[in-house]
Amino acid sequence: MVVGEQKPLEEILKMIEPFDRLIIAGCKGCVAVCAAGGEREVKFLASAIRTARKAQGREIEIREVTLERQCDPEYVEQIRGFVYDYQAILSLACGVGVQYLAEHYSRIPALPGINTAFVGGAEKQGVWSEKCQCCGNCVLHLTGGICPITRCSKSLLNGPCGGSSNGRCEIDPQVPCGWYLIVERLKELGQLDRYLEIIPPKDWSQSRDGGPRKIIREDLLR
Amino acid sequence: MPCSGRVESLHLIKCFEEGIDGVFVAGCLEGECHFLVGNLQAKRRVQYVKKVLQSIGINPMRLEMYNLSAAMGSRFAEITWEITNRIKELGPNPVKTGKGREV
Repeated sequence: MVVGEQKPLEEILKMIEPFDRLIIAGCKGCVAVCAAGGEREVKFLASAIRTARKAQGREIEIREVTLERQCDPEYVEQIRGFVYDYQAILSLACGVGVQYLAEHYSRIPALPGINTAFVGGAEKQGVWSEKCQCCGNCVLHLTGGICPITRCSKSLLNGPCGGSSNGRCEIDPQVPCGWYLIVERLKELGQLDRYLEIIPPKDWSQSRDGGPRKIIREDLLR
Repeated sequence: MPCSGRVESLHLIKCFEEGIDGVFVAGCLEGECHFLVGNLQAKRRVQYVKKVLQSIGINPMRLEMYNLSAAMGSRFAEITWEITNRIKELGPNPVKTGKGREV
């Protein structure tokens, strides 16, 4: 999932300072799962903002909505009926959702309420970590299901480097060495012979080369 | 609400939005929760909302959590005096006066 965390309240309050009628739009997708922008977070943030504004003697009207997803036009369109009754939309979705709202409702600003951090998963309740950098050319079949691009701090395809010590990365003793993990996993799988194969330089043309990426599925087009 | 483990951040912030001057959450003694960790979760939520209150200009001293058992009547009275006096000193919730940030 896309993992994010709410921006500092001070930053949000500054962002919405010019407005007295605001929509706070949550998303029931990834950001709800990582407790950054679901229905609960919308309610809490709306209450906190109203409290802050009342304390300043300048009340704000907030419409709370949580869309099924903010990365799909059909759901984004569901607020068209009332969106222009408000001066701005504060989106608690990832950066994709904010941009969808901005594109669909160009007459009012769409503001980001969270910082989109990474693609990852839950380690345990309240802890999420990065697992994928969306490089566009997956090599997990070669590396025991552990991503060298994400889990190795240098994104080495043939590691570890000299900075690996006791299974930890030189950047921080709390960070496991990605290549230590890969070697241990290959041993477990009985595939250590794969470690002897040199992985050739990666084709990065499917990554951040050539601007924003797009996938078109002809079979699904209408 | 009879159990501090049921207290959510939203319940606490709503109190301040509605203009309540101070809130104290009375949880069971640590280690004595019938649901094992409900009071410890409440403690973390109280700490979180205190930070939020600071961010929005409401004095976080208006919110406090105490731990005591149902058999500690005199301690309950003591805490009630303590928090009441603290809130009296702080004065009304700025939500009611509109006088701006107090912290």
